[in-house]
Amino acid sequence: MKNLKFLFFGIIFGIILTKSEVISWFRIQEMFRFQAFHMYGIIGSAIVVAAISLLIMKRLNVRTSDGEEIIYPVKPYHKGVIFGGMIFGFGWALTGACPGPLYALIGNGYTVFIVTLFFAIVGAWVYGFFKERLIH
Amino acid sequence: MLEFLNEPWPWYVAGPLFGLMVPLLLVFGNKPFGISSSLRHVCAICVPMKINYFRYNWKEEQWNLFFVGGVLIGGFLAHRFMGGDHQIAISQETVSDLTALGLTDFNSYLPREIFGWEHLLSVRGFVFMVFGGFLIGFGTRYANGCTSGHSITGMANFQFGSLIATISFFAGGLIMTYFILPYLM
Repeated sequence: MKNLKFLFFGIIFGIILTKSEVISWFRIQEMFRFQAFHMYGIIGSAIVVAAISLLIMKRLNVRTSDGEEIIYPVKPYHKGVIFGGMIFGFGWALTGACPGPLYALIGNGYTVFIVTLFFAIVGAWVYGFFKERLIH
Repeated sequence: MLEFLNEPWPWYVAGPLFGLMVPLLLVFGNKPFGISSSLRHVCAICVPMKINYFRYNWKEEQWNLFFVGGVLIGGFLAHRFMGGDHQIAISQETVSDLTALGLTDFNSYLPREIFGWEHLLSVRGFVFMVFGGFLIGFGTRYANGCTSGHSITGMANFQFGSLIATISFFAGGLIMTYFILPYLM
């Protein structure tokens, strides 16, 4: 089944999230207090490696393994990016987790994060419900 | 080698590996690396309720749910076979700051004084675990992405929206950390 490869990529991502301690509430606090380079090094080097990869792929006209043309992710600006971004920032500092770590933490045995994930889904639903009435 | 797997990984190992997720998903599947859209897909599958935002063919986005399922399994495998929970070597300054806020237990990934089933019904536990989760879901969908989709993927593709999003994530995190968290601890 073709979705199994994504399960495998997810497993790798979950292992890196855990081993790099990105799932740690303490690491996120340390980051927001500017008291260590760890998280900045991780996010910074991730961006650099991803950016160089994309530039090389575009330059060489790399196609997918199935020979399709690659669709590069476009993220247009709208005001919701600011409001939503800040709201997520509040949640990130509170829980010490962004969405990836929510899943990884449950796997790590912090089963109470099932509740946090559930309410993240509720939050997504409430956004969907009010979307047309929010500033974008 | 095995010892390295069991130790915490330094930023210069983990960061580039995170970065490689972006070309990996594009080349082997033409998918944009991102996590928070999974929250939307769950809504679209379970409770779409004729809301426009949840009316799309989620079957085409199934890969994303396999991906986040993998993240959960990866967390389990790392925990079970690659070292497990341990004290995080955060800076001494962070320890003093958090001690001043009343924390005493620094022995695992998270402060067990805040996070745990036994704290869920306390006001503090509710704010951190329930309200915090709500803000993550609402905020990432409003912003159309999270740390992986905006800060890594979007920034790597030089997207202006993602730059603003990343700055906003940090602005929110800093406001919470410095101005609100002290009253919640």
